[in-house]
Amino acid sequence: MALEKPYLDIPGTTVFDTDQAAKGYHLNQFAMSLMRAGNRERFKADEDAYLDEWPMTGEQKQAVRDRDYNRMIELGGNIYFVAKVGATDGLNYVQIVSSMTTNDAEAHAEMMIGGGRSPDGNRYLHEWEHKR
Amino acid sequence: MARITASVYTSHVPAIGVAMDLGKTQEPYYAPLFAGYEPARAWMAANTPDVVVLVFNDHANAFSLEMVPTFALGMSARYEPADEGWGARPVPPVVGQPTLSAHIAHSVIREDFDLTLVNDMPVDHGCTVPLSIMFGQPDAWPCAVIPLVVNVVQYPIPSGRRCLELGKAVRRAVESYDEDLDVQVWGTGGMSHQLQGPRAGLINQKWDNEFFERLVNDPEGQATVEHVEYVREAGSEGIELVMWLVARGAMADLAGGGAPTEVHRLYHVPASNTAAGQLILKDASTMTTFA
Repeated sequence: MALEKPYLDIPGTTVFDTDQAAKGYHLNQFAMSLMRAGNRERFKADEDAYLDEWPMTGEQKQAVRDRDYNRMIELGGNIYFVAKVGATDGLNYVQIVSSMTTNDAEAHAEMMIGGGRSPDGNRYLHEWEHKR
Repeated sequence: MARITASVYTSHVPAIGVAMDLGKTQEPYYAPLFAGYEPARAWMAANTPDVVVLVFNDHANAFSLEMVPTFALGMSARYEPADEGWGARPVPPVVGQPTLSAHIAHSVIREDFDLTLVNDMPVDHGCTVPLSIMFGQPDAWPCAVIPLVVNVVQYPIPSGRRCLELGKAVRRAVESYDEDLDVQVWGTGGMSHQLQGPRAGLINQKWDNEFFERLVNDPEGQATVEHVEYVREAGSEGIELVMWLVARGAMADLAGGGAPTEVHRLYHVPASNTAAGQLILKDASTMTTFA
């Protein structure tokens, strides 16, 4: 019997479960390696060479090069791991997080000051069908 | 004997720590939040415990995906602040309490909670930001800390029920420890926030405030709430709120005693991407025994 995953019905949201973790293992381990200052320097000096040290898929490496956080998460990344790529770029969490939305960082920060994104209309996949 | 004196609940948003580290707490963005923390800090200064059992989640700093413990208890005498990618926070090392850690481990594991025991780990913002929020910027933290790390990052994660029951077991462990110690249990993380995907930035003020009420007045009911409700209503990272149930479980009313007294509550939006909440509950046994 397949595992029940009720969280698949939430729009714009990827729950990091063991299936995602299996897909993203090397992507996340690569990202976590950037906790070390020396590794951040080596990554910045030659991204391709550093990425090639990890048995990631070509798509995962490209998502990192593109700094496409939605794609990294789709390919098994978890935000707390892949945020270390953003940290290496000198970005803060508002900048990293906003890049996954339709807002830029400034508009995102303004939205947060205004009370954040409302849950209304954002709870179920069918509520987003018109956005496809 | 050791005793539980209070439970404390607080968000552990990294940006709150950064604001303190960079001296930005009086800037217009942060001034209202830090003004809101003042009553909690004053209460804490007058009620500093000997030991805090600090419940938080690791954010890919102590544990990589090599191993993901569901519940991990720190056994060490010392924990260094982690370099999370931006450099380590300029805060004091966290000093542990290894003999009480060992006692809790023996007591709780023998009650069938299969804790992972960790002899060496760094602690990330989940641990250090609550200390900064409650104690400010001292040269050394004013109490010992026992980290209790809960996996809320890689699903499956422990249920609300399991978290509440663990808190009850921690209370029994503390109360069977011979040394005369005041112990607080802190539950951290939340409140509503989502850091990933096109839905990022979600905040649910109504749900957060209902959570406060249910946590205080109906913890057993709140413990039955499924993870998917937290994620749908309070955002994918709002799931951290299940950790507040560990601290709530340690209060006397869930062990046949009186209800705790609420001494402080704060709710503020935003702190970076997050709704910041804070709550202090004074344990009933403190009032009856030491009034």
